[in-house]
Amino acid sequence: MAEILNMVHELGEGLFGPLLWSLVWVVIKVVLLLAPVLFMVTYITLAERKVIGAMQVRPGPNRVGFFGVLQPLADAVKLIFKETILPEKADKSLFLLAPLLTLVPALLSWAVVPFSPELILADVNVGILYILAISSLGAYGIIISGWASNSRYAFLGSMRSVAQMVSYEVSMGFTLIPVILITGSLSLVDVVEQQKDWWNIIPLAPMFFIYFISVVAETNRSPFDLPEAEPELVAGFFTEYSAMSSGLFFMGEYANIVLVSFLGALVFLGGWLPPLSILDFIPGIIWLGLKAGFLMFVFLWIRATFPRYRYDQLMRLGWKVFLPVSLFWIFLTGLVLQLTRGIGGE
Amino acid sequence: MLEHYFPILVLLGAALAIGGGAMGFSYLVGPKRPYHEKLDQYECGFAPLGRIRMRFDVRFYLIAIIFIVFDIEAAFLFPWAVAFESIGLIGFIEMMLFLSVLLVGYAYVWKKGALEWE
Repeated sequence: MAEILNMVHELGEGLFGPLLWSLVWVVIKVVLLLAPVLFMVTYITLAERKVIGAMQVRPGPNRVGFFGVLQPLADAVKLIFKETILPEKADKSLFLLAPLLTLVPALLSWAVVPFSPELILADVNVGILYILAISSLGAYGIIISGWASNSRYAFLGSMRSVAQMVSYEVSMGFTLIPVILITGSLSLVDVVEQQKDWWNIIPLAPMFFIYFISVVAETNRSPFDLPEAEPELVAGFFTEYSAMSSGLFFMGEYANIVLVSFLGALVFLGGWLPPLSILDFIPGIIWLGLKAGFLMFVFLWIRATFPRYRYDQLMRLGWKVFLPVSLFWIFLTGLVLQLTRGIGGE
Repeated sequence: MLEHYFPILVLLGAALAIGGGAMGFSYLVGPKRPYHEKLDQYECGFAPLGRIRMRFDVRFYLIAIIFIVFDIEAAFLFPWAVAFESIGLIGFIEMMLFLSVLLVGYAYVWKKGALEWE
C-alpha cells in the first residue's frame, strides 16, 4: 500500500512539479472522499425504501435495474428535469442559498472523519469540535428556507425544525463530553485508538443511547419528523421547493444521517477496531463500515416501527430528560476519573 | 496549520460546486412554464390568507435563548474535558461549581414553565 502511494507521489511530482502536485494530491483526496460519501447518500435512499418495504411485507422499488439498484439514479434524473419554481413572494437570493447552506455543511463535516488511522482528509486536532460547529450551521439553511419561502407552512416548519435541532444539539454535545474526558483529545483518531481495551459504549452506554436518539431528532427523522409532519405542514420548511433545490435538502438530510452514523460508530463503537482481537485479519475499514451500516439500519428500522412524537413530548424528552441525564453523566465520568487517578497515585 | 485546513477549503469548494452545479444544471434543463397560480405560495389550493410573516409563538424565542446559554456551557466544557488530566482536582471542582450555578438557572427555567409545551 505504502509502496504504491510512494510510486503515485513520485509519478505526480515528475508530472506536475512538487508544489502543484501537492495541490493536485489534495484535490484527488477530496474526490476520493466525496465519491463514496455521495454514493452512500444516494444509496441510503434505496436502502430506506427497501428496508421499510421489507418490514411492511412488500417488495419496495424493484423495477429500475436489477432489484431496483438503479432507482436512485432514476430519482436524480427525475429531480433534475423538473421545473425549478421560484415563488413570486419569495426572497429569491436567500431562497436559492438555503439548499446550499443545508447541503454544504453536511458534506464539509466529512473532512475530519477518519476511515482508518491514516485515511483522513484533514487530521485536525479539534475534530469533534469541528464536526459540531459545522453541522450546527445546517440550522441556518433551514431557518433561511422557511423565512425566504414566505409561505405559512414553510415558516412554521422551519421554526419547529430549528427549535428541535437546537434542543437536541445541546444533549448531543453533552454526550460527547464524557468521551473527551476519557480520551483527553478532540481528535477522532485518538478517540478510536483509546478504545483498544474496551469500546466507549461499555462505560458510557446511556450516553450512546442519548446520542443516538438525539441525532435522530437532530436530523429530523421519524419518529421526530414533526417539521415535515405531512398531515399538518405539507412538507415543512421545503414546501415551496421543487426540482433539484428540494433535492439538495434531501441530500443534506441523508448526508447527515450517514455522517452521524459514522460518528457514532467512531466515538462509541470502537471505529475500525475489531470486536475481538482474533478478528484482526479483517481490515478496519470493513469493521467501521459494518458498525456505521448497522446504525444507519437502526435509523430506518425505527422509522418503520415508531409512531410520530407530539411536539410537547419531543421538547420534554430533550430538555427534561436528556439534558439532566447527560449533565449528570459528565459529573459522574469526571468523578470516577478523579477517583481512579487519586488511587493510581499521580 | 495551513496544510491541515487547506483540504477543508478544497472540500468546501467541491461541496459548493456539487450543490450549485446540481441546482444550476436542473434550472437550465428543466422546463420553465411559470404562471401566477404556480408561483403563488402554497396553501392547499386556496388563495393565501393574510400576512405570511406573521407572529409566532414566543416559546420558540425562549428555546433559542436557553439554547444559547447551554451551548456556551458546552463550549466551556470542551476545553475543560481536553485539559482534564492536567488541571487536576481543582479544575474538576471549579467546573462542578460552574455547572451548579447553571443548574440553579435550569431549575428556575423549569419551575417558570419555560420548557412546557402543552
